[in-house]
Amino acid sequence: MMKFRFRRQGTDPQREKIKQELFAFNKTVEHGFPHQPSALAFDPKLQLMAIGTKSGAIKVYGAPGVEFTGLHKDTTAVTQIHFLPGQGRLLSLLDDNTIYLWELVAGAPREVVTLLHFLHPLLLLSATRVTVLLLLRSCDLLCIGTEGGGVYFLELPRLTLKDSQTLLQDQITQSLPDDYRCGKSLGPVESLQEHPQQPGKILIGYSRGLVVLWDLSTRQVEQLFLGKQQLESLVWERSGNLFVSSHNDGGYSVWTVTNGNTCNQQPVSSTIPYGPFPCKAINKILWRTTQTGSPVLLYSGGMPRASYGDRHCLTIQQDKEHVTLDFTSRVIDFFTVHSIEQEKEFDEPSALVVLLEEELVVIDLQNPGWPSLPTPYLAPLHSSAITCSFHISSVPPKLWERLVNAGKAQQGRQHAHGSWPICGGKNLAPPPKQQELLLTGHEDGTVRFWDASGVALTPLYKLGTANVFHTDCDPCDDPQDPSNDPDMQQEEEWPPFRKVGCFDPYSDDPRLGIQKISLCKYSNKLVVAGTAGQVIVLGLSDERSDHMVDVSVVDLLQDREGFTWKGHDRLEPRLKPAPFPPGFQPLVLVQCLPPASVTAVALHAEWNLISFGTSHGFGLFDYHRRNAVLARCTLHPNDSLAMEGPLSRVKSLKKSLRQSFRRIRKSRVSGKKRTITTPTSKVQEANAALAEQEDVAPVQRRIEPRSADDSLSGVVRCLCFADTFLRDGTHHGPTLWAGTNSGSVYAYALEVPGVGSGRACERGGAGESSVCVEAVLGKEIQLMHRAPVVSICVLDGRGKPLPDPYEASQDLAIAPDMTNAHSVLIASEEQLKVFSLPKVSAKTKFKLTAHEGCRVRKVALVAFSSTAQEDYSEHTLVCLTNLGDMHLFNIPALRPQVRYDCIRKEDISGIASCVFTKNGQGFYLISPSEYERFSLSAKVITEPLCSVQLDRPLEPTPLVKPEK
Amino acid sequence: MVLSAVPQPASQPGSRMSRQQQQRTPLKHSDNVVEVKSKFEAEYRRFALKRNGPGGFREFYRLLQTIHRIPGVDVLLGYADIHGDLLPINNDDNFHKAVSSANPLLRIIITKKEDEPIVFATNSLQRRKKGLGLTALRTTGSGSTHSRNKAGLMIGLPQNFRQISSIIDVDILPETHRRVRLHKHGTHKPLGFYIRDGVSVRVTPQGVEKVPGVFISRLVRGGLAESTGLLGVNDEILEVNGIDVAGKTLDQVTDMMVANSHNLIVTVKPANQRNNVVHRGSKTSMGNSGSVGSAGSTSSAPSHDSPSPASQSNPITASNSIAEGDSDDEDDDGDLILENDCLAPFDSQRVTNSNNTNLNRDSPSNRPHNFTVVRPLPQSLSLPNSIGTNLSDSSMMISNQNGNPTHTSSSSQESMREDGNIITL
Repeated sequence: MMKFRFRRQGTDPQREKIKQELFAFNKTVEHGFPHQPSALAFDPKLQLMAIGTKSGAIKVYGAPGVEFTGLHKDTTAVTQIHFLPGQGRLLSLLDDNTIYLWELVAGAPREVVTLLHFLHPLLLLSATRVTVLLLLRSCDLLCIGTEGGGVYFLELPRLTLKDSQTLLQDQITQSLPDDYRCGKSLGPVESLQEHPQQPGKILIGYSRGLVVLWDLSTRQVEQLFLGKQQLESLVWERSGNLFVSSHNDGGYSVWTVTNGNTCNQQPVSSTIPYGPFPCKAINKILWRTTQTGSPVLLYSGGMPRASYGDRHCLTIQQDKEHVTLDFTSRVIDFFTVHSIEQEKEFDEPSALVVLLEEELVVIDLQNPGWPSLPTPYLAPLHSSAITCSFHISSVPPKLWERLVNAGKAQQGRQHAHGSWPICGGKNLAPPPKQQELLLTGHEDGTVRFWDASGVALTPLYKLGTANVFHTDCDPCDDPQDPSNDPDMQQEEEWPPFRKVGCFDPYSDDPRLGIQKISLCKYSNKLVVAGTAGQVIVLGLSDERSDHMVDVSVVDLLQDREGFTWKGHDRLEPRLKPAPFPPGFQPLVLVQCLPPASVTAVALHAEWNLISFGTSHGFGLFDYHRRNAVLARCTLHPNDSLAMEGPLSRVKSLKKSLRQSFRRIRKSRVSGKKRTITTPTSKVQEANAALAEQEDVAPVQRRIEPRSADDSLSGVVRCLCFADTFLRDGTHHGPTLWAGTNSGSVYAYALEVPGVGSGRACERGGAGESSVCVEAVLGKEIQLMHRAPVVSICVLDGRGKPLPDPYEASQDLAIAPDMTNAHSVLIASEEQLKVFSLPKVSAKTKFKLTAHEGCRVRKVALVAFSSTAQEDYSEHTLVCLTNLGDMHLFNIPALRPQVRYDCIRKEDISGIASCVFTKNGQGFYLISPSEYERFSLSAKVITEPLCSVQLDRPLEPTPLVKPEK
Repeated sequence: MVLSAVPQPASQPGSRMSRQQQQRTPLKHSDNVVEVKSKFEAEYRRFALKRNGPGGFREFYRLLQTIHRIPGVDVLLGYADIHGDLLPINNDDNFHKAVSSANPLLRIIITKKEDEPIVFATNSLQRRKKGLGLTALRTTGSGSTHSRNKAGLMIGLPQNFRQISSIIDVDILPETHRRVRLHKHGTHKPLGFYIRDGVSVRVTPQGVEKVPGVFISRLVRGGLAESTGLLGVNDEILEVNGIDVAGKTLDQVTDMMVANSHNLIVTVKPANQRNNVVHRGSKTSMGNSGSVGSAGSTSSAPSHDSPSPASQSNPITASNSIAEGDSDDEDDDGDLILENDCLAPFDSQRVTNSNNTNLNRDSPSNRPHNFTVVRPLPQSLSLPNSIGTNLSDSSMMISNQNGNPTHTSSSSQESMREDGNIITL
């Protein structure tokens, strides 16, 4: 027992220094779309856009690569954001009635703006709730509209209340005509808008419909507009001669502002665009003038309540042009990018930016037809739920180019080539040294290829696998089909809907979901495996092709008797040749029987072999000769759960549901989701907590070793190909390794014609007779502790991982050491262990669970390069545990190096989604739509490096104590 | 054959010997011969065994069958030990133990297997000692303590003797703590306990402080933990295999325990502090550590190398457990590695005779197979403890000399999986 204490490594200063040069943990960028956005703002001077979220984060975006993030202390929803134009400062209003002032400051290195610092919070007027904020163009006064109807004024940047200025409703009511007053309150302040031409005059809109033009300097009501409809929003026309109000009944009114007329009874015009039947409210309206003619009118909502009340729409109107953008998720807010120079006569809007709950859509307003623009960042990763991911470092330029071209061909039709309107700041990051590809598999059977080389994760190419199968959904869903153009189909429809955006939470068939991906970057072979036991081998082609896909069925159960699969059926392969667009095109489809979800795949393109595993066993397939080489059942006889498939509740409902309904995929576990706490809910929470303490029996855990008949013991967890010594110490050859959930490892020696030890030559004439790949079971290892095998990796004579296929033969990597004895690293959930080869005996091990009480979830072998020495690098084993921490071990000695806390341990989906790169970075999902990128390497870090030209020094403003 | 049935008048076949048993034959060579008196139903036989080479259990069993003229009848053997307990003889170990503890007479009781099985238990013989006239066997010290017990502890019929638990490190632990080692390997009993979160009270310089702790919440009836008597409900768990659990969550502690389950060492603070070991005299007396077993472990199955409950202060036990504690790290190296020998040769035969090799190849189709796996012996069989440990340390190599492929034969896999001996290495 004393030994545990002695095992702690002494701190060797030399080694500590090397460690510092190799390892450093940083969370660098968040890729994707912010989860649950709640506020949007735009700084037209700096061309920066800010998005606030329900979890209290503020993200500022400019030109691609320019990103800043700030996080409020409390995780309260951000309800409004307002830029102080040109200053690099912004105000945020939170759901708990506090206002924060933020500013961009210079980060540690150079004059790079890296951070948002918040200056000070202000808890406002706790008695009444803030509804709207208005920042005057002069940036020295903040007007605050409240629920109680009062308007308060704060001095900036100190955020001090100007008591003398406060405008309460009584003052307004006095000047109202008696017949309008009728004893009722005016309601909350709904809108505050500054006069575009005359500073110091603001338009105040009350919920009941009254709009007041207020002069701040004289503190007088200048004009009254006696609206009768409940008010939603107000917008000035650029000249200040008229303004538009939008209403609860789905209508909008235009009012003229003529001097001398203090009391306007009627608007100039009043329209309910989608009437005459009852319509929903128009939440926000914008009125933008153009030089060419009629103003552009943009408004959200207003749909006829009965027929389209559930649609999320935004209408763009100019003259006869009328488009109703139909989104798949709720509209949070929108703005237009237009000219702001005072001397210009017209707005000339160039782009419309719409923040939706699940994506950002940008519409080009300059090109006819108002096409949408592709977003260079904020890509909705979760357009269909992400089911798996795969990362490839240093992609060869040839493959990159072909992928980019394939992606362009896909996008060409949909997007115009306007320039990105949000282009503030300057990206200072050097161009990436190498191209990195992140592949995400989705629930709808698509695989998306992302450019992960830099700060902005941009979509490159999208691969669909549904067309390999004959599915219930209509076959004309082919995106290449021009007759499917929504614009053409819906010509006669009113409102003139146009589907916009790519967020599509519906999955036609859950069996299409992608579970595992493997890509060989040298041979451009891709293996994609899915939920219904389908394994598809694809090759890259630049030409469109119509062909049949070869189908093979591999029975993993073999002659097991007495088991019946009660889960889903296998997918039906398409019988006719299908058209495949340029890009990855399927070559072979292998279907496992029973059609359980694929749990592991391995690809060795040099040997033309794929291996795949499910909960029943694993198979080896030669995709070159199109024949199955091996099928091995790993089931334990007592394991009935694996046999029967998913729970019965699901299967009985599923079939009928699939045909009649489409399934809505709710957001999966979200790390950042937090409920907005109101006083009442706090009390309820406390009560619930108390109740729980009282009557719930304490949680207890059974202490029992893992046994052979635990359910799902046969699940194949990992597969790996390696050219190593399995037969004897002198002849190496192809091998296949498989690890299961119950700690079993099977090692097969493969006989691949033309590969390995020059055997083919020795055989001479016999070569022709045996052209098939053959597999012989070489070793079986049963780990005593029976924990699931997470990863298997063969190490060469120097203790380094073997290079990828083709790397050695094409001199792309240092050839593996084949002279000294190899070893195999087997990582189970509980232990890391290195065994010698070919005689399997334990060399080194580390019992992680016994020591730390954590279990291994993800393992990767990573090459860390040193910051100090250019050519020094170490191969390190990186382990992510169920507690969300990273443990780094050297290999093959398995000595612990460092440990970092990375993911919250409650964030199970985050831990499950983690994927490592080969050079010490990684990604994990922090919400269904966002990847957090992190770096374990001191050298390889991808983080935003950018600057913004501000008209103030970048030093942080000294903090001022707020005054109430 | 080392057994020698000493011809005696009593062992004449067919004769009723009940009277002659009173006239004891004087023994001339009492040092190297053990006097045996065996009883089957109403019949007695008397004979002698060589004390220093009594042979194995099987031979003794066959000898008894011939002596009692009951060949082919399945019987159970029991003997009366020095405390008057009826203990079973069913393997070499307990047979040797029986022979060595004969004082001077070894009393064997034979029962038919079909009969209602005899209850082996402490005190079991004493309850009928009047009828058997075993008063002479009763030793003064421990015998009297046993008789004060209300009920004898039940002992199941053991197949093999092995150690299942021990208290270790008594000399270095505070008196309020207890370090218990549970030997899972070899038994099919569940470890049989549950843990929960709780609040522990600690005395600190700042005063009494409440800190979260992990406690035993439940013992499974018939489980290893319960049968040792060393762990109890509400005992606080302080360490698992030498690692402090302070600051660890319930799930972490669970994982640590499961990871160490084959050789679990838990340090607990027993809820019941009255059974604590009190250090008598100086801590230097190593003997003390051995004695602690007696408090709680009377119920543990007697181990061949641990002292009988009565013989206290055996320093061997203490050192033994410490030695094991040091080697525990190696205990789980017993990963089972099956090697397929047909693979190994990259030999001429393989190259030249391609037809033959093809037979050994794998393919998705199943082929008939005929081979047997050389199974390892149950490692806990009868080896002295040290050897047993060594055996489990080294990885077991099972080579399939037959040279047939094992992979396609799913049923052969099955048979191997079902074999508990392989699994529980």
